[in-house]
Amino acid sequence: MTATRMRIARTVASLAAIALLTSACSGGEDLDDDGAAVETPGSSAAVDLSGETVEVAAVWTGAEQERFQLVLDGFAEQTGATVRFRSAGDDVAAYVGPRIEGGDPPDVAIFPQPGVVQSFAGQGDLIEIEDIAGDEVDANYGPGARKAGSVDGTLYGVWFRAAQKSTVWYNVDVFEGAGVEPPTTFEELQEVAQTISDYGVEPYSIGADVGWPLSDLFENIYLRVAGPEMYDQLAAHEIPWTDQSVKDSLTVMADLVGDEALLAGGSSGAEQTDFNGSVTQVFADPPKGAIIFEGDFVGGVISGETNAKVGTDADFFDFPSIDGSEPAVLGGGDFAVLLADTEGGKALIEYLATPEAAEIWVAEGGFISPNIKVDPSGYPDEVSQRAAQALVDAGDSVRYDLSDLQPTEFGATTGQGIWGILIDFLRDPSDIDGTAQALESAAKKAYGG
Amino acid sequence: MDGATTKRGGRSWAVALFLAPALVLLGAIVMYPIFFSVGRSLFDANGSKFVGIENYQEMFTSPATLTAIKNNLIWVVFAPSLVTALGLVFAVLTERIAWSTAFKVAIFMPMAISFLSAGVTWRLIYEQDPDLGLANAAAGAVVNVFRPPGELPGARPSDEQALRASEGGLAASDPVDLGGTATLGLVAIPPESIPADAVQAVEPAATDGGIAGTVWLDFAPGGGGDPGIIDQGELGLPGVEVEAVAGGAVVASATSAPDGSFVFDGLEVGSYEMRLPEGNFREPFGGISWLGPTLVTPAIIVSYIWIWAGFAMVVIAAGLAAIPRETLEASRVDGGNEWQVFRRVTVPLLAPVLAVVFVTLVINVLKIFDLVLVIAPGSAQRDANVIALQLWKTAFGIRDFGLGSALAVFLLLLVLPAMAFNLRRFRAEES
Repeated sequence: MTATRMRIARTVASLAAIALLTSACSGGEDLDDDGAAVETPGSSAAVDLSGETVEVAAVWTGAEQERFQLVLDGFAEQTGATVRFRSAGDDVAAYVGPRIEGGDPPDVAIFPQPGVVQSFAGQGDLIEIEDIAGDEVDANYGPGARKAGSVDGTLYGVWFRAAQKSTVWYNVDVFEGAGVEPPTTFEELQEVAQTISDYGVEPYSIGADVGWPLSDLFENIYLRVAGPEMYDQLAAHEIPWTDQSVKDSLTVMADLVGDEALLAGGSSGAEQTDFNGSVTQVFADPPKGAIIFEGDFVGGVISGETNAKVGTDADFFDFPSIDGSEPAVLGGGDFAVLLADTEGGKALIEYLATPEAAEIWVAEGGFISPNIKVDPSGYPDEVSQRAAQALVDAGDSVRYDLSDLQPTEFGATTGQGIWGILIDFLRDPSDIDGTAQALESAAKKAYGG
Repeated sequence: MDGATTKRGGRSWAVALFLAPALVLLGAIVMYPIFFSVGRSLFDANGSKFVGIENYQEMFTSPATLTAIKNNLIWVVFAPSLVTALGLVFAVLTERIAWSTAFKVAIFMPMAISFLSAGVTWRLIYEQDPDLGLANAAAGAVVNVFRPPGELPGARPSDEQALRASEGGLAASDPVDLGGTATLGLVAIPPESIPADAVQAVEPAATDGGIAGTVWLDFAPGGGGDPGIIDQGELGLPGVEVEAVAGGAVVASATSAPDGSFVFDGLEVGSYEMRLPEGNFREPFGGISWLGPTLVTPAIIVSYIWIWAGFAMVVIAAGLAAIPRETLEASRVDGGNEWQVFRRVTVPLLAPVLAVVFVTLVINVLKIFDLVLVIAPGSAQRDANVIALQLWKTAFGIRDFGLGSALAVFLLLLVLPAMAFNLRRFRAEES
């Protein structure tokens, strides 16, 4: 699909570029005449890029793609450049990789995992952005942003979007119908789920099609069962995946996903539901599912693809504590990287580091910006403000999404590594030891041991 | 003799001149990439270190590639032979029917669609939800006739002690004597499937010489209420079938009223088991998981057959047209029936054509990629994996070009025998 589409897209793009080029040439003299007057007002990013085409690839589709398009429109307005968005599907590396090999990378890509930034930087395919956005990153973000976007001390990525992954979303009507309150502990959660099931709705809606929602669920559980210190050790593979803490977490997870009556569509249904589907089915009529274990961005899908309203029909509670664990937040994020040394690409990277760019999406909902200059009152509703606030409040106890920190083949490849093994686990949640063993051998291989 | 050699020698320049462009092209776009891949397969992921045959060892030990190889084997065994057989059947049939051109066009049509569009179409056909997927909608239409869904699919007892499983349905744990009452509480009934005429459930009123009972939804909207007790706000379940069972045999059956009440009259003295038979709880057809781990490869093979049967039919029909009619007539005159003529005359005469179709399809199937990528959902992509897909994912997803090249070389080796066969046939035909 992508190959054909790409070919068509490339032809169209080059035709468009030629058309723009000729029109720019013919209008060239006019520009010279009143060149000074044409200068775009506003920030430092406002270089004149009329006639330039900037291509950007990201994993977003549907509502998220539409919102990002608004951000890009803002850039186009400022600079006069034409921006083309390419949706890369779930596996951005598999989309960008061949284009780099073919010598025609998109100018900018947005990678959903620092692990991917690392592996591409390691191959020498990323362009250093210190001179382009280094100052913006230091001025507009907290100290963690530079570290997260750097590989071996060199800045490659602008942290454009943050994710707060310790939220659990629910259908308010179903909770009211079943007469349950948002739980705060794992035991309460299981009771709530049982009551909702008695009420006649299969509670847990999990999009296990590709597997990343399962890895986020596991990480939230692990962070609470084992604590932040061990979490860091596991993330760095200093302790093996066969560690008792991993097995304990898998046991908790088996309690949660092991009962077919509590899983919307049973495990085979979950396996064929993608992330967007797992959200929309909860707010369908009649609802198929009531509870979604995923981050703040669920809100964006709810307001973009369902009739439900965030705050009245949909709400979230914090991921419940397990055995009295302290509050902890799992974070994630998307990094913009530069793949082609073009004026348009550089300007876009610089633009994405500004609060103005972030505020466009912030206002649309389903988006948390790690940019500290972003005005908190810009969040469209109390719910997303709350999710953003939780991330800010958590400060040091925020842990970065574990699977995203792994080498790509272990942490973020469809059908392999953590994603693939946890899908197997969903099919047979009784095999705790086998699952831990499989994770360990996959990790060992990825770490080259 | 002498003249011939001179002639040839004089021509060799011209020959070389004419061949040169083709040779250069072949060398640049076929031979060079092959040798480059073979060389590259002996180096590590980013090509900096010579690793010998390590990539090949990895290839034959990693579970992902082993699944891919196993699936390619399944593809090669089933897809080409089924397509060829179906093409033969269509070709022979279209010779006989009046609307043969229309039929041929219909069968050949899928060839005109790109594999990707065909893949997307089949992905929709195979959707698990019978409301979305054509295959399951068709299966559901049949299944629901023979196993009509019950009133209360998925319902569970509100009190596991009071109601227990019995012959696929549920039965009260305590037998009821004549003049007694039974309360059968259920939960997990979706709000939208509660019958519209349901009203507040009532305590069963005991009757002399009969058994009264209530079957109700033991769950008040908004929660609250105690399990096993008919609370205010809990609805009766109308239209539920209840059976009175004695000595293992169904003695009488009744259907509940809008308030959930039911009565058995005219029973003989004794004690009875109150049972809600299986039919009440039968789930509506939920759809076959075509794209689940077990069925995904056969499902994709079916879509492949749908696309390629037309190609096989057209080629075989052309071969069929070339068979001398007299031979067929002669065998019919000799007393052969249609099956014998087909089996003993038509098929042997068509054998060369069938072989070409078959071998071409084998080569094609070994390289299968797009259908698997498009049709298999992410969760089943490992189970549906094939060598070409694994190659692409390894080289361009994980960016291990060493292992990717090794897979490419392996795929080439698999295709070579089939290519050699086709070349030999080609040469035999020329001579």
